[in-house]
Amino acid sequence: MIPYVACVLLFLIGLYVVISKRNLIKIVIGFSLIEYAVNLFFALVGFKKGALAPIITTLEQVRMGVNRNFVDPVPQALVLTAIVIGLSTTALMLSLAMRLYEKYKTFDISEIRRLKG
Amino acid sequence: MRGMSLIVRVMTGLLAGILMLYGGYIILHGHLTPGGGFAGGVLVAAALILVSLAHGSVEQVERREYILSSVFESSGGLLFLGLALAGYIAADCFFRNAGLFFIGQPLQLVSGGLIPLANIAIGLKVGAGLFAIFLALGASRFVMKE
Amino acid sequence: MIELYLLLAVMLAAALVASETSNLLAAAVALGLVGFSVAIMFILVQAPDLAIVQIVVETLTVVFFTAVILRTTDIDTTVTQGLKMETAMFIAAFLAFGGLFLALIIGVLQELPRFGEPVMRIAQQYVQLGLERTGAANIVSAIILDFRGYDTLGEATVLFTAVVGVLTVVRLASRKKPGEF
Repeated sequence: MIPYVACVLLFLIGLYVVISKRNLIKIVIGFSLIEYAVNLFFALVGFKKGALAPIITTLEQVRMGVNRNFVDPVPQALVLTAIVIGLSTTALMLSLAMRLYEKYKTFDISEIRRLKG
Repeated sequence: MRGMSLIVRVMTGLLAGILMLYGGYIILHGHLTPGGGFAGGVLVAAALILVSLAHGSVEQVERREYILSSVFESSGGLLFLGLALAGYIAADCFFRNAGLFFIGQPLQLVSGGLIPLANIAIGLKVGAGLFAIFLALGASRFVMKE
Repeated sequence: MIELYLLLAVMLAAALVASETSNLLAAAVALGLVGFSVAIMFILVQAPDLAIVQIVVETLTVVFFTAVILRTTDIDTTVTQGLKMETAMFIAAFLAFGGLFLALIIGVLQELPRFGEPVMRIAQQYVQLGLERTGAANIVSAIILDFRGYDTLGEATVLFTAVVGVLTVVRLASRKKPGEF
């Protein structure tokens, strides 16, 4: 229960950064924090006490069949791709911020809004 | 002078090869040990980025690297799609694995049918794509200015 | 499990530093601290695949942030000394919203299976039949490339779109100024 609540707190910190900060780089950092919170929540949901990582390493485990004691592999498979996608979308947001800086010479979004046109 | 100091460049030359080898190992053993195409691809991209940061680069070389990495990324994607379509053409089922590819004995390197081949395709795609993003953001150019 | 709770505390503290510091490089480094503690927690919850990916991806994230910050500026001009009235009222409103959200979501989390005892209905099938059906000893690999191959194909498309997007956005600059990329 406590690990889940910590994930929700990290999500709330990320949400606070995204909707309150006026610096573009800070907003990108907020999106990254939200992404880590969701990834960690998925990995925690699949955890099973006293179980092994879902990888068969010995011939004995091959023969065990039904009785293998593994953690839940499905959330891990979902998160594995999401991490790499998160990196590429972060890079996309960073390049947009860099282009805006080249045009307006500031990261402050209220300044950018004022200089419209 | 281009790039970082001599010490950094020599150490990078020693490290980058080992890092590349480790990335290749993780991609090829993705169906037996932790890792796979995504992890190994990011490691390969990290090795390329390390060399690029330490040695700096000039514009012509950077443009050629950029075109090459786009080509590798697209070919990785096409290879993955081709593997999926092979199942459709041969056995009427998209992403068919069992009965079409060689499954082999468990815990052997050559086993798993489609999975090692798809790992190689994804590794190519991820590694080349992230290196292209790094070149576009242009950090090696900043080091060159120092 | 004490180390898991310690790492969760480190993660939350680093997230607060990343949100409040006035130096953008320091914020990027604090983001890296959050990512690495997440990576160690992946090892503690028996997910070595995720840990490998997270460590390398976190390194590259910090490299990308540093590249952009060094090309532009590292001072956050929007962080001011002293607490303004507007900011204080916003923080109070957000704390009220956050408290309500937390109270509601704790009620929802009670319905989930307890931490450490997941319900494994589909997963039990994958664990039993993964090796026989696909021949891959790493069951996570078997899921992402065989049982759920469509999902991976979609993710590969998203990755391609993001790369093309970055190249398009940055390339627009080179048309105006031939010297810059």
